[in-house]
Amino acid sequence: MPEVLKAPLVVEFPFTRSLGPVQSAFLTGLRERVVLGVSTRDGRTLVPPVEYDPVTAEEIRDLVHVGITGTVTTWAWNHEPRRGQPLDTPFAWVLVKLDGADTALLHALDAPGPDAVRTGMRVRIRWAEERCGAITDIACFEPYDGDDSAVTVHAGEFEDPVHGIVAQARLDYTYSPGRAQAAYINALAEHRAVGERCPACRKVYVPPRGACPTCGVATSEQVEVGPAGTVTTFCIVNIKAKNLDIEVPYVYAHIALDGADLALHGRIGGIPYDQVRMGLRVEPVWTEGGRFPDHFRPTGEPDAQYETYKELL
Amino acid sequence: MMREIAVIAFAQSDTLRSTAEVSEVEMLMPVLHDVVAQTGLKTADIGFTCSGSCDYLAGRAFSFTLALDGVGAWPPISESHVEMDGAWALYEAWTKLLSGDADTALVYAYGKSSPGSLRDVLTRQLDPYYVAPLWPDSVALAALQAQALIDAGDTDEPELATIGARSRATDNPRAQLKGPVPQGDYLVRPLRTGDCPPIGDGAAAVVLAAGERARELCERPAWIRGIDHRIEAHSLGVRDLTDSPSTRLAAERAGAFERPVDTAELHAPFTSQEVVLRKALRLDDSTRVNPSGGALAANPMMAAGLARIGEAAARIHRGESDRALAHATSGPCLQQNLVAVLEGDPR
Repeated sequence: MPEVLKAPLVVEFPFTRSLGPVQSAFLTGLRERVVLGVSTRDGRTLVPPVEYDPVTAEEIRDLVHVGITGTVTTWAWNHEPRRGQPLDTPFAWVLVKLDGADTALLHALDAPGPDAVRTGMRVRIRWAEERCGAITDIACFEPYDGDDSAVTVHAGEFEDPVHGIVAQARLDYTYSPGRAQAAYINALAEHRAVGERCPACRKVYVPPRGACPTCGVATSEQVEVGPAGTVTTFCIVNIKAKNLDIEVPYVYAHIALDGADLALHGRIGGIPYDQVRMGLRVEPVWTEGGRFPDHFRPTGEPDAQYETYKELL
Repeated sequence: MMREIAVIAFAQSDTLRSTAEVSEVEMLMPVLHDVVAQTGLKTADIGFTCSGSCDYLAGRAFSFTLALDGVGAWPPISESHVEMDGAWALYEAWTKLLSGDADTALVYAYGKSSPGSLRDVLTRQLDPYYVAPLWPDSVALAALQAQALIDAGDTDEPELATIGARSRATDNPRAQLKGPVPQGDYLVRPLRTGDCPPIGDGAAAVVLAAGERARELCERPAWIRGIDHRIEAHSLGVRDLTDSPSTRLAAERAGAFERPVDTAELHAPFTSQEVVLRKALRLDDSTRVNPSGGALAANPMMAAGLARIGEAAARIHRGESDRALAHATSGPCLQQNLVAVLEGDPR
């Protein structure tokens, strides 16, 4: 079996999320070093606060000012912090019931080691130096054996409240295309196009994905197709894509390679965009050292007759 | 009267740490062919198809649509998908069969954990406002639950080690971890590597059939006597982590407490979660728990819950069980729970 193809795949996005009135008050409060909970009709105080009672589903928005000190209800020692976690030195994950609250908040506890942590221990919030209205405005908790902090009713009104958060997320993957697509990619690097034939319906799929979507069976018989093909349909792209160094307008087309029963996608170059047409005969163009065709250009042959490609539209 | 519906076939892949040499559909297809072949049906005979998977595992949007190539989706079929464990896809298929819209259903699920870093990937299923920005990983959250159980006196580390060892003492040829597995070092204390599931890629599939169709296609159908799923409040700090009221309620609604079960296939990815589930389901030593090894022996994401139903059903097919309970979970710390009660015809 040839070497398995692998490439890094990074999925990264700044999720922009809007906040409801209770979430907005809570996160704005953190920015101002104030912790707010929300009262349920039966008198429980939920911290972190939610907009609907998890038991009755009733809308709730009576804000209560709770303490910045609290009690650990359970913990777990994390000796190898991971990317994005609150501390980069070993710490304890903790659920903390803040003074005045009936539910617990998840965060990190900065402690010298697991022997310094126990359920029931007293802790206090350590604020982040720069705060913007996010859960990370709490840098972490720290051990604290002073007095309980005062708990009062709070209107939850602040100047310039936050109405949204931007939650950065990045995940790193190693992408492997699998057997069929790896064979296709490897052949392209050798300036060849390889499809796979379905053993049942005999159709040739390019690029092959290892399965015939019509018959639901594995494809395995490799078939060399192309290199030339026919434009079956196309569109003119007028919007420049980010990070794409191609002048607009350009043409993006479906191209049925000779011998293939499925059209693939490709950019058409070497011809003015407004002269591309259905039936145009094209061939792939590799740039120097390229592992795949950069674009397709006209071969100069006469156009293909509609009858020859109408099934591939 | 409600239609009788049964699991009539089950197939699964080996669960492997990496399957980089095959795509998702290439991994899935042998399992689909296996499960359909067991029934003698052709793909075109299947009335409804439902799948479970999660795009975040592969890092690609709509990855499940490519997996459909392995089903044979042309001419158009009646199909649906859930973005979670395939056990919930089975629930959807069960309702479809109950409604009389179909007599047979194919349910499949798959997950490749190997392309990404699973502990990080799973943080993206958490509350995005208050929890996900802290990136607490799946092991850390399970460890908080384990410590709560230890503090409550419900278990201790030696008992957890016993659960891990018993689960891996399985003869299941599809399992990823088998035989004596060292309990290992702390991953996130109090959980050691042996308390945690192996990370693996795999797929599972079952076929459901209704009434007489099930009897025609299977010698001893595993009748679904009841099935229900329930969810906990999403905030961990609101919940009593030592208990699973959602599992108990689902079990009650599924009829699990009406008579004892001889077998229970529990989807407990962490040893400590088996303690919670045993209590919620009132299981004592008279019930054989996880003869397949459960999720501690193989935990293909999105397929492990469906595999629990499949394993329980397969034991009924083979005559090794008469009344079995299957449980599936999804989300952190047993957030969502599904319970099915399966029975074979009296012998």
